[in-house]
Amino acid sequence: MTAAVIGFASADRASPRRRWLRRYALALGGGAVILFWFAAALFAPVISPFSPDFVDVANRLLAPSAAHWLGTDALGRDVLSRVLYGSRISLVAGFSVVLVSAVFGTVLGGIAAYARGRLEELLMRLTDLVLCFPPIILAMAIAAALGIGTTNTIIAMLVVWWPKYARLARSLVLVQRAQEYVEAAHVLGFGHPHILFRHVIPNAVGPLIVMVTLDLGNAILVFAGLSFLGLGVVPPTPEWGAMVAEGRELVQQWWVATFPGLAILSVVMAFNFVGDGIRDWLDPHARRR
Amino acid sequence: MGRPFGTDIAMKEPPILSVEDLRTFFYADHGVIRAVDGVSFHVHSGETLGIVGESGSGKSVTAKSVIRLIEEPGRIVSGRIDFRGRDVMTLEGGALRKLRGGEVAMVFQDPMTSLNPVLKIARQLVETMVTHGRFTPKAALARAVDLLGRMGINAPKRAVDSYPHQFSGGMRQRVMLAMGFSNEPVLLIADEPTTALDVTIQAQILDLLRELNADFGTAIILISHDLGVIANICSRIVVMYAGEVVEQGPAEKLLADPKHPYTWALLNAVPRLDRHAHGKKKLITIEGMPPDPADWPTGCRFRARCPFAIEACAKHPLLTESEDGRAARCWVTQAGGVLPVVGGIAAPSAAQPRALARSAVSYAVAEAASATRGEVLLELHDVKKHFRLPKTSLFGAPRVLHAVDGVDLMVFKGETVGLVGESGCGKSTLGRLIVRLHEPTAGTIAFGGVDITHANSATIRPLRRRLQMIFQDPYASLNPRMTVGQILGGPLRFHGMTQDPAGTAVRVRELLDVVGLSAQAAERFPHEFSGGQRQRISIARALAVSPEFIVADEPISALDVNIQAQIINLLIDLQRRFALTYLFIAHDLAVVRHVSDRIVVLYLGKVMEVAPASALFESPLHPYTKSLISSAPIPDAAVERKRERLRLIGEPPSAIDLPSGCRFRTRCPIAADRCSSEIPPLTEYRPGHWAACHFPGKL
Repeated sequence: MTAAVIGFASADRASPRRRWLRRYALALGGGAVILFWFAAALFAPVISPFSPDFVDVANRLLAPSAAHWLGTDALGRDVLSRVLYGSRISLVAGFSVVLVSAVFGTVLGGIAAYARGRLEELLMRLTDLVLCFPPIILAMAIAAALGIGTTNTIIAMLVVWWPKYARLARSLVLVQRAQEYVEAAHVLGFGHPHILFRHVIPNAVGPLIVMVTLDLGNAILVFAGLSFLGLGVVPPTPEWGAMVAEGRELVQQWWVATFPGLAILSVVMAFNFVGDGIRDWLDPHARRR
Repeated sequence: MGRPFGTDIAMKEPPILSVEDLRTFFYADHGVIRAVDGVSFHVHSGETLGIVGESGSGKSVTAKSVIRLIEEPGRIVSGRIDFRGRDVMTLEGGALRKLRGGEVAMVFQDPMTSLNPVLKIARQLVETMVTHGRFTPKAALARAVDLLGRMGINAPKRAVDSYPHQFSGGMRQRVMLAMGFSNEPVLLIADEPTTALDVTIQAQILDLLRELNADFGTAIILISHDLGVIANICSRIVVMYAGEVVEQGPAEKLLADPKHPYTWALLNAVPRLDRHAHGKKKLITIEGMPPDPADWPTGCRFRARCPFAIEACAKHPLLTESEDGRAARCWVTQAGGVLPVVGGIAAPSAAQPRALARSAVSYAVAEAASATRGEVLLELHDVKKHFRLPKTSLFGAPRVLHAVDGVDLMVFKGETVGLVGESGCGKSTLGRLIVRLHEPTAGTIAFGGVDITHANSATIRPLRRRLQMIFQDPYASLNPRMTVGQILGGPLRFHGMTQDPAGTAVRVRELLDVVGLSAQAAERFPHEFSGGQRQRISIARALAVSPEFIVADEPISALDVNIQAQIINLLIDLQRRFALTYLFIAHDLAVVRHVSDRIVVLYLGKVMEVAPASALFESPLHPYTKSLISSAPIPDAAVERKRERLRLIGEPPSAIDLPSGCRFRTRCPIAADRCSSEIPPLTEYRPGHWAACHFPGKL
């Protein structure tokens, strides 16, 4: 009996390194994919075999071949080059939407939770007002009103994007502001801005960072979606959503829509895996498993 | 009372539970934690066994191992557990389930989380009984009502139809006990069953446990860190240290004459309620911290902290039986060494010569209390704090929580005022009003002659340097993202007490030295420190701005007894060095008696009694004070059994709908008609001894 128990005890104990790898394998894979797209965005002019805007009507709709690895589209543009260039717009749009709305939402939600009372009511009802519209429809309406263009689409997305950060930040700050170390800071005489920005918010950012990573994929997806609907970028610009839209009726020439679609899929999944990994890493309960 | 529990009868029969050489290890990432490392003990039928030890000594793991409730990554590695002739180690599936909850019941520490919040009480009780196949659902329901009544729950018929959240902590613990007793267990294991409760409720639960033991003959294993609780119930005691049993024996003898230095240290680290201390004596503390369970030291595990260690202690001592069922794991006492008697009831402690150099030194602070009543530092006049609660319905009247409801208080320079009361009596709110974390609803607060009642953060800022606070939870009171150097340096720079980074660093080092931490601590983060060390950092932060007055809100209640004693000693020492004035908020009466010059008793937001510490304990005037004192257990089995009990019935009423007249009348044993119509004013009956009662001293 005793020997059996001890044997069982040692059998399940993989080395910490192996366990770490098992736990974060998906996150590492996701990280590699993101690194790949970052490199693609950075070095697109160097590694692209063609210019993304080079129209060659004679060679339109060619299947993938040695010359055009991912084929050509209806105007004879090289799909590979356009996909590589497309990463630039997608990443920039995704990061700017998420980071700006995260900072804005956190500050607003943080102030609301810290101040309580009327100011909180005012700020949180404002976020509710935005939240009660379907986000994509609202973003479409704003983008349409502002006119087509990358910057305008990003602005439209920002308007619908920040409220969820305000909500999350508010709940996190509410927890932290009741902690004794915050009371201690009050007793020591520190002013409110100092306490909010030096003590409370730094202790509330953990879940916000997880949300940001999980959200990047989502933002890229929505941006591509708006482009797909014709509200994102001005036509010749290489953008994944717009490219899928251009290829959606070319059933025989599957490569025109498939490859930008796969690019979107890979980025969105990669950010989700990395976000899950960061969440596990920040959560001590999940870490122990 | 006074009946010895099952000691003599039981010894002849074989024990119902015997545990031999139990070893439970946890396989963590960073190594093997040998939580329980060779524990043997036995329990006889109807016996009450106490297991004592500080946190990390392995007492809870031992109890869980007995019914094999050990979860990954923990495993029972070896040992024999025999329960009524059955080998628990080989029980599987159904047989094991029959044991758990059937023959052995367990009650845990936290009554708030051990009941399922979405199921009604009835369902949870009935389920326990029906699962073990002894009752039909209908019979089980009737029995559930019976049991709840037996556990002292009013209107049990209505209670079974309630959800757990409708009950207070004490009531839930009663429900847990009802559940434990529902299948008439042979053995009840109670793991710190009263730690989360107030003393008055604790006393009720302990009484109940004692009655259940007497009426049903159920054997009880009571796990606690509090020797007073153990002394109250247990006939035999097992003391654990570093995963081992270091001493065991009958309660009276073990507590009166400990044979292991660790037991001796535990006993002397707690101030005693029934002992008169002349002046503020230093409590006896043991150095250092418990050893690392992943790497127990060779030799005696207590050697590094033991004030009596001799050469032989380098070898690991065995648990050796001495006279009459007592055993200790100590070379010193096995060789005939005697541990010095400190205090004792027969001999007044004041006359006792202190044997140990590093232990008891008397300070002359006490005189300050009576002789030099200096200038008034803090003055509260009719201070009220009412919290408005959300309405329950749209048209309902707004409900108001009367947290503090008209408190007058004066604190003189250099004294320590103790503030006691049950949880919810408003003592923490009062502390936070004084440091102006809350703004009073009415009344005035003056500090050093300046009215700070409605001072805003800018006008109060200069006073912040003189008025500081120490918090209860050492794990929540330090910003986890700042180094200790930043935590201490921030206030220094902010108040312009140091001019440059170098000066700040010097002062931070001084502060760390004052509270007994090394200078390297400044570079580290709070999570790298233990609870006691964090409390030292918290004290250093309060001292950083050189205050005159410190509000200490339960500064020791989250700590182990030995660490408690260290922090109490530190606070008394700091008071002497820096001429500090304290408002000491605590629920532990013995500690309050030890540190305070004057004591204020609070009940439902109002002052019931104010008196010098010794007068309050020797001749309390208010019935509430008297019952509070009577409820607090004393770590001496002989005294504990002889004590006259005065039990408060029920729990404090809600601070939303206060009783008319005297607010204590609903629980007062001597309440008369007058008490419901007339609010008794706080009156000085003896010099310096005030009480708010129509019949002071009658009880």
